[in-house]
Amino acid sequence: MTQGALTDPATGGAEARLARPQRRAAWHVARVTEVRPETASAVRLVLDVPTWPGNDAGAHLDVRLTAPDGYQATRSYSVASAGDGTQVVLAVDEVPDGEVSPFLVHDLRPGDQLELHGPLGAFFVWRPGRDTRPVQLIAGGSGVVPLYAMASLHGAASDPTAFRLLYSVRTPQDVFFADELASLSGAATHDGSTLGLDLVWTRRAPDSSPDAVGRLTRQTLAARTIPAADRPLVYVCGPTGFVEAIAGWLQEAGHDAADIRTERFGGTP
Amino acid sequence: MSFITRGFSGHRREPDPQLPPGQTLVHDWPVLSAGPTPRVDTATWELVIRDETGADHRWDWDGLLALGVEDVTVDIHCVTHWSKLGMEWRGVSVDKLFEDVESEHEFVMAHSYGGDTTNVPLEDLLDGKAWIAVEADGEPLTPEHGGPARLLVPHLYFWKSAKWVRGLVMMPDDEPGFWEQNGYHLHGDPWREERYW
Amino acid sequence: MTHLDGNALAGVLAEVFAVDLTDARARCTGCGNVGRLAEAMLYTGAPGLVARCAGCDQVLATVVDSGDRLWLSLTGLSAIELRR
Repeated sequence: MTQGALTDPATGGAEARLARPQRRAAWHVARVTEVRPETASAVRLVLDVPTWPGNDAGAHLDVRLTAPDGYQATRSYSVASAGDGTQVVLAVDEVPDGEVSPFLVHDLRPGDQLELHGPLGAFFVWRPGRDTRPVQLIAGGSGVVPLYAMASLHGAASDPTAFRLLYSVRTPQDVFFADELASLSGAATHDGSTLGLDLVWTRRAPDSSPDAVGRLTRQTLAARTIPAADRPLVYVCGPTGFVEAIAGWLQEAGHDAADIRTERFGGTP
Repeated sequence: MSFITRGFSGHRREPDPQLPPGQTLVHDWPVLSAGPTPRVDTATWELVIRDETGADHRWDWDGLLALGVEDVTVDIHCVTHWSKLGMEWRGVSVDKLFEDVESEHEFVMAHSYGGDTTNVPLEDLLDGKAWIAVEADGEPLTPEHGGPARLLVPHLYFWKSAKWVRGLVMMPDDEPGFWEQNGYHLHGDPWREERYW
Repeated sequence: MTHLDGNALAGVLAEVFAVDLTDARARCTGCGNVGRLAEAMLYTGAPGLVARCAGCDQVLATVVDSGDRLWLSLTGLSAIELRR
């Protein structure tokens, strides 16, 4: 926008050039090492990807399947793992009548190979040590996957940033990464930070829960998230309608649109 | 570097001689959209044909229907590889609209509410080949399917059947519309598989 | 049919560009708004991908993929800011 933002070719921009790009997207061959039930309708896939450059928390990747007649289908999935390393974890929810997700959920076996393109997306990511502002994560259903990656990296990095996750989910059987989230929210890191975890049950709550069952409302959102006055960075992921409603309520509650990052999913089954 | 994924076949794609090459039969009616769905009230709706003199020929909703609505049973073929056979439509023949239009130009740009465009040679719109459709499957066209009125050019890929049609502008040369500018074929005959440039 | 976010363009754009274009800021030729492509509205239920400005609905970019060829249009963007 301004002249000052342009780099003078005479002096170069060498210092800035060093910062980039770290993890360039490429095609990789992944070997399935583990397939296990994640929820009533989803599986967790653990993949070994020898050429994987690591990924930011919140990044996604494309999975490409090829049929014997050459037909190909490609779908995007958020990565549940983060950081360096060549193990990639996905959690895939079955879309009824879908073409790719039913295959991944029911037919994939350890030892199978998949083509992956990634890591993708440098916008809907959280990087430790970048910003001291608190972070509010808001998930609808399987939209928790990239947010779990952020919470998990936050825990592993013992990052002092305040982290909270509001997770709207149908029933206790539908919670992704239930044990991991429970342990992240239970254990304080050495500097005392934990994940603040709030669950909203939209169909059925655990017997022990005192909370009413039903859709996430504007009132619940306000009561169980970091207030706008604290200027949190907010990451929202879920089905389009969910994200639309939440993003609107957040702005009406005083959150700056620039502080709200969204990732909608839906579209191709 | 692609390799076959063990056990993957995808949805059935058996060749069917009734269908143009590369098409698969569907029984539902998929909704495609490239933007927000325009909501157009028939009370304010109008259709304009503009010729090279700049003269506009206009019809409001009642004026369109007064030209005579006919039953049309046709197959439709979407460039995204699905086809739907024997679909029942009702609409006004484009021939009726052109009865009083004098133009030397041989090409038409169809404009939609919402800003979309698609180009069609005039000869593909005349002689009983195209309609301004107002009903499908016995119901008024819903906004998602291009209602209140869409162009229906069933012998071309279905993106040519402009949803929310509002105007036909005569052109001396064949200029590309929205999808035609961005990779899709200028003409779009499904039997010749004219999908892309 | 509803829309996704421009984030979802990252895969196809990564096949063309060395940097992640969805994280780049760009200017809409319609309303002049400067925003990240990741924040645009992405319509996927069409013969191609259509990214529209979240402010004014203007078409920013389209992607058509025939399998062996890809058409990319960025005609709704007057400038794209690429950080080194």
